[in-house]
Order: sequence, then C-alpha cells, then structure tokens
Amino acid sequence: MSWLRRNLVMIVALLVLVYLFVPIAYTIAFSFNNAGRSNLVWQGFTTKNWTNPCGAPEVCSALVNSLKIGFLATVVATALGTMVAFALARHRFRGRSATNLLIFLPMATPEVVLGAALLSLFLNVGLEPGFWTIVIAHVMFCVSFVVVTVKARLAGLDPRIEQAAMDLYADEWQTFRRVTLPLAAPGILAAALLSFALSFDDFIITNFNSGNVTTFPKFVYVSAARGIPAQANVIGTAMFVVALLVVLIGQLLSRRRAV
Amino acid sequence: MSVTAVAAGTRAAAGPEGAPEEVRRGRRSTPYLLLLPGMAWLVLFFAVPVFALASLSLQTRVPGAEIGVYTQTFRWANYSDALAEYAPQFLRSLLYAGLATLLCLLIGYPLAYAIALKAGRWRNLMLIAVIAPFFTSFILRTIAWRQVLADSGPVTSTLHTLHILPPGESLTASGTAVVAGLTYNFLPFMVLPLYASLERLDPRLVEAAGDLYATAPVGFRRVTFPLSMPGVVAGTLLTFIPAAGDYVNAALLGNPSTQMIGNVVDSRFFRVVDYPTAAALSFVLMAAILLLVTAYIRRAGTEELV
Repeated sequence: MSWLRRNLVMIVALLVLVYLFVPIAYTIAFSFNNAGRSNLVWQGFTTKNWTNPCGAPEVCSALVNSLKIGFLATVVATALGTMVAFALARHRFRGRSATNLLIFLPMATPEVVLGAALLSLFLNVGLEPGFWTIVIAHVMFCVSFVVVTVKARLAGLDPRIEQAAMDLYADEWQTFRRVTLPLAAPGILAAALLSFALSFDDFIITNFNSGNVTTFPKFVYVSAARGIPAQANVIGTAMFVVALLVVLIGQLLSRRRAV
Repeated sequence: MSVTAVAAGTRAAAGPEGAPEEVRRGRRSTPYLLLLPGMAWLVLFFAVPVFALASLSLQTRVPGAEIGVYTQTFRWANYSDALAEYAPQFLRSLLYAGLATLLCLLIGYPLAYAIALKAGRWRNLMLIAVIAPFFTSFILRTIAWRQVLADSGPVTSTLHTLHILPPGESLTASGTAVVAGLTYNFLPFMVLPLYASLERLDPRLVEAAGDLYATAPVGFRRVTFPLSMPGVVAGTLLTFIPAAGDYVNAALLGNPSTQMIGNVVDSRFFRVVDYPTAAALSFVLMAAILLLVTAYIRRAGTEELV
C-alpha cells in the first residue's frame, strides 16, 4: 500500500504516456494492414503498403509538396527569425515593445483567424492561393517560434565570452562569426527543426491558403471522408521513425559531448 | 535607405555605452537592419491581413453581382447578425476548449511532476515520449482516435460490456469525443511548460515545508503548486488558444450538433462563400481570446509568457 502511495505519481504519469501513444501505435499498426481502399478494419498483416508507399493516388505528390514547403518555409523563417532574435538579445533600440508584441500576437491568435485573415488579404489583392501562398503563410507563423527559441539560447550565453573576443581585437563581424554564431548554433538548429515540424504538420492555415494545392495533412483530411489509404499511415509512421531517430541521435551526441 | 534614417532619428534615444563614433554609427543601424526583413514579413502577412479581415467583416454583397463579390459598406450589423446566428457554436468553442484545458491540466500535471521530480535518469526519455506525438501527423492521430473510439473499436465494446455506456450509444460523433480529441491533441502544450517550471523548483523548499510540519498535501498546495504557477499559466494559454480555434477535432470526431466556431468560419468561407460573416466571427473569436487571456494573466498574477 505504501509502495502504491510512493509511486502513485509515476503510475499516473505512465498511464498518461500510454494515452499519448495509443493513436500512434494505432497509426503504425494500420500501416501494415492488408486493406483495400479504406483502412478502417484490421484485415491481416502485410508489408505491401511499405514496399509500395506511393501506391495510392496523390499521396506522394502531397508528400513532396509538404516537404518542399517545409524546406522553403524553414530556411526563410529561420533566417528572418534568427536576425530578429539577435537584434532583441544583443542590441538596444527604440520600438522594442512593439517588436515583442508583433512577435507574440501571431502565437496568441488561433489558426483559423490567421488563415482567414491571410486569405482575405490574398482575396483583396487578387492573388490566387497556391504553392507560394502556403509558403508565405508558413513563414509567417514559424518566424515567431524561431525568435523565441533562438532568443532563449542567446539569453543563456555568457556575454563575457563575446567581450573577451572583442578584447582580443576581433571586430564585430569576426566576433559574430567566430564566437556568437557557433555558440548560438544549437538554438538555431532547434528553431529550424521546430519550424519544419510546424510547417509539415500544419493543416488549418494551409487549408485556407492552398487553393488546389494538396499538402500531406490536407490529403489525409480530405480523404478521411472516403477512407484513408494505408500508404498515408506508412508515410506517417516513416516520419515518426525519422523524427525519433533525429531526436535520439541528438540526445546521444549531446551526452557524449557532456562526458 | 529609410532604415538608416530611422536609425539616425532615434540616435538620441539609444543606449549610453561608449564606443568610438565610427563604430557607433554602424551599430545604431544594425538592430534595425536585423529586424527589418522579419518584421516586414509579420507586418505584411500578419498585421495587414488582420486589417483586411476587419475590412472584410464590414462588407456586404453587391446586389446582382455574382457570388463572392462584396463591397465595403461599414455594416456593423454583420457582427450582431453573425453572433445572433452562431452564439451556440461560439459558446460551445469556449466550453470545449475550457474543458479540454482543465483535463489537460489534471492529467498533465502528474506527468510533468513525475518527469521533473521523480524520473531520474529516465527524464529525457520521458520528455521525448511527451513530444513524440508531434512526430506523426496531427490529422492522422485524430483519425486514429476516431477509429479507436469507433463502435466496432475496443473502447466502445469494453464500455458496453461493462455497462458503463448504455447499449446502442456510441462514443464517436459526440461532444465527449471532441473534448477527448482536443485534450489528446493539446496535452503536450500543457505538459512542457509545466515541466519547465517544476524542473526549476528547488526541492529544498518542499523539504523545508515538511520540516515545518506541513503534510505532503499541504506542502504541495502551499509550496509546489504556487511555485509552478508560471507553468500553469503558460500551459493553460498554449492549450486553450489553439483548442478554442480548432475545427479538425469537431469535424472528425463530432457531429453537426458539436460544431465549434472554427467549423462555422471554415464552412462560411469555403462552402457558402459568405466572407463577411466568416470574417466577423474570426474577429470576435480573436477579441474574445485576447480578452480572456488578459483577464487570466491579471488574475493569475504573472507576466511570464511562453
């Protein structure tokens, strides 16, 4: 009884983790389902979905769109956001609180509003929604997250390291390139990964601003009505494994560096 | 070269730290040059669109023109019309999001507490497990929930066997399923900030409470919980805001009578091409959330965000 009392929190925590994993396990299991057009009921184990991941119409073109958009949005948002983070963390300037507000507001606005607002702008100026409007939208909502992530990293750095570089006659640019940037790199990398994940998984804002272009989440949502092909589960599972590997390798590397 | 002009104009207000005059001129414009591209993007594609949305919300249809053509008439009644028609969906959004946030806090707190204070060397692994759901598609996971809760699925049949759920009743296509889906989807947003603030907690403070004869529950209520308040506030906001605007869970797990405001905005925009109503509803949602958030932060007494 006292064992139960002592470990109650841990038991509850593990149950919550199980709850978090139920849909993931389900998604992974049904990527091996020997299903026809709709992947609703378990019909036996097969690897045919894995050997033919593009077997369902549109699934791979949607995936390619998502990857392209994710890549472009990540590069642009990381560059823009990192610059803003440097300005906020390393410089004094007028308009700081307005800048902070403009960065905070997109994160505090529900996605429906962001999507609807951007679409009304595109309608106003007569821009046809499509591939590039999705990229524009994704950069917009990723920038704030990049700023927050990189700024947190910069705030944790000891300013005396940079001062030491300056004392050793490094000019501003040399200090930035040889000292500050390498130290900030883990934060920038984390921000880039976060941007890619946000962009790749975004549905609501994308749905408003995509016109006829289909991304992977949009493909899954649209095909939900008539049954999702098992190939969607294959891609979802593959993404899961890749992301998990990236995180685990990152963990191992940082642990080794610490030792 | 407007940036340089702006920089020159604010020279007097900049910091006092002394640097040679030549360097200083370069440094003064540096922050503005760094800010310009990012801020320009946010102004063009966030601030301007919000104004476009505001403008759209006051327009009316051009008589006789084809569907989707609207003109600016500053019809403020668009707002009262939209609210009168969609008040139930609006209140339901706030209710569902509030319930999901509360559930996330109730089940997320023990998880965050265990990771921060009990997990030991398993801490990183458990943290990865918390963010792991983000590694698969949000839509795929929501659909997986639909299948788990489906009539033929394991949960419903178990509940039927145990007579917890009356025969013939199902879990899918119900408000319960929508709230469960919202809770599931936004739980990591609650757990991570809670973890961050609990991890910083000095365990000696809790020990001190024990030394002063506080029982474990009292120690938790008077020491641990108040110290984790920044995490509670941040987690609540990060869960409530996206949940209130979500329409994916309501669309995939609900039925027509569990529609949330996001569903209405979506269908007004795309199915009915009624842009002004959709815009007015979006605006009211944004205003309501900003008001609630401000009031909540005041009440909770912390300015620490995200």
